[in-house]
Amino acid sequence: MEKSCVSIKIELDIVAARQLGRELAKQVGFSVVDQARFATAVSELARNIYLYADQGEISFDIIKNMNQSGLRLTATDKGPGIRDISQVMQDGYTTSGGLGAGLPGVRRLMDDFDIISEENIGTTVTVVKWKR
Amino acid sequence: MKKIPILKLHDYLLVSIQTEIDDQTAMQFQEDLLQKIHVTGATGVVIDLTSVDMIDSFIAKVLGDVVTMSDLMGATVVLTGIQPAVAMTLIDLGIHLQNVPTALDIEQGLVKLHQELGA
Repeated sequence: MEKSCVSIKIELDIVAARQLGRELAKQVGFSVVDQARFATAVSELARNIYLYADQGEISFDIIKNMNQSGLRLTATDKGPGIRDISQVMQDGYTTSGGLGAGLPGVRRLMDDFDIISEENIGTTVTVVKWKR
Repeated sequence: MKKIPILKLHDYLLVSIQTEIDDQTAMQFQEDLLQKIHVTGATGVVIDLTSVDMIDSFIAKVLGDVVTMSDLMGATVVLTGIQPAVAMTLIDLGIHLQNVPTALDIEQGLVKLHQELGA
């Protein structure tokens, strides 16, 4: 399957990642609303990498199962990791003065959501949006 | 970083965001708008978001903050033209922007300012 990557090092990479995300969402045939949902999720995850891990990578692949196509996004970093995942999944929890909407928001924007994190090793968030 | 133009129209300021907003541009805009309110003594501001196809939590925070900051200075801000996809995405994110005045388009936004400011 096709795979594309954006490395997140500087703040402008967040914009690059969400533009690529939107482009791919369009290609897969997502509705305008789902394109916005996907691009927003990319933006949140890319910003998390930039804010908390300094650098990392966002990769996309187009996936297919029996009668559906979708877009999978994997956000990986080798940052400090998350000690308490249940805490960061709560609405309004933030350590950066933001709205604390990022991860719980991304979970609502996407269809599948998976997060693996280990302290001092890094974090990987994998999400999927299926075409409706 | 891009600069978002801020136009003066009588006692009001008019902003139409037409570019992809990165974090720096958003922060710079916040500063520019407050400075412009200070210099012109504007009492009302319309920020039109018709061309904005995505608002994430950071940009939402910057917009919400600029409304509150302008309010502190004595200027009322109305956000206009929020696209259906953007409205749906914001609610999914859990961002309600409850105390932010909004209107359908620039025209309605100006009407709202007239009403609120009694001008």
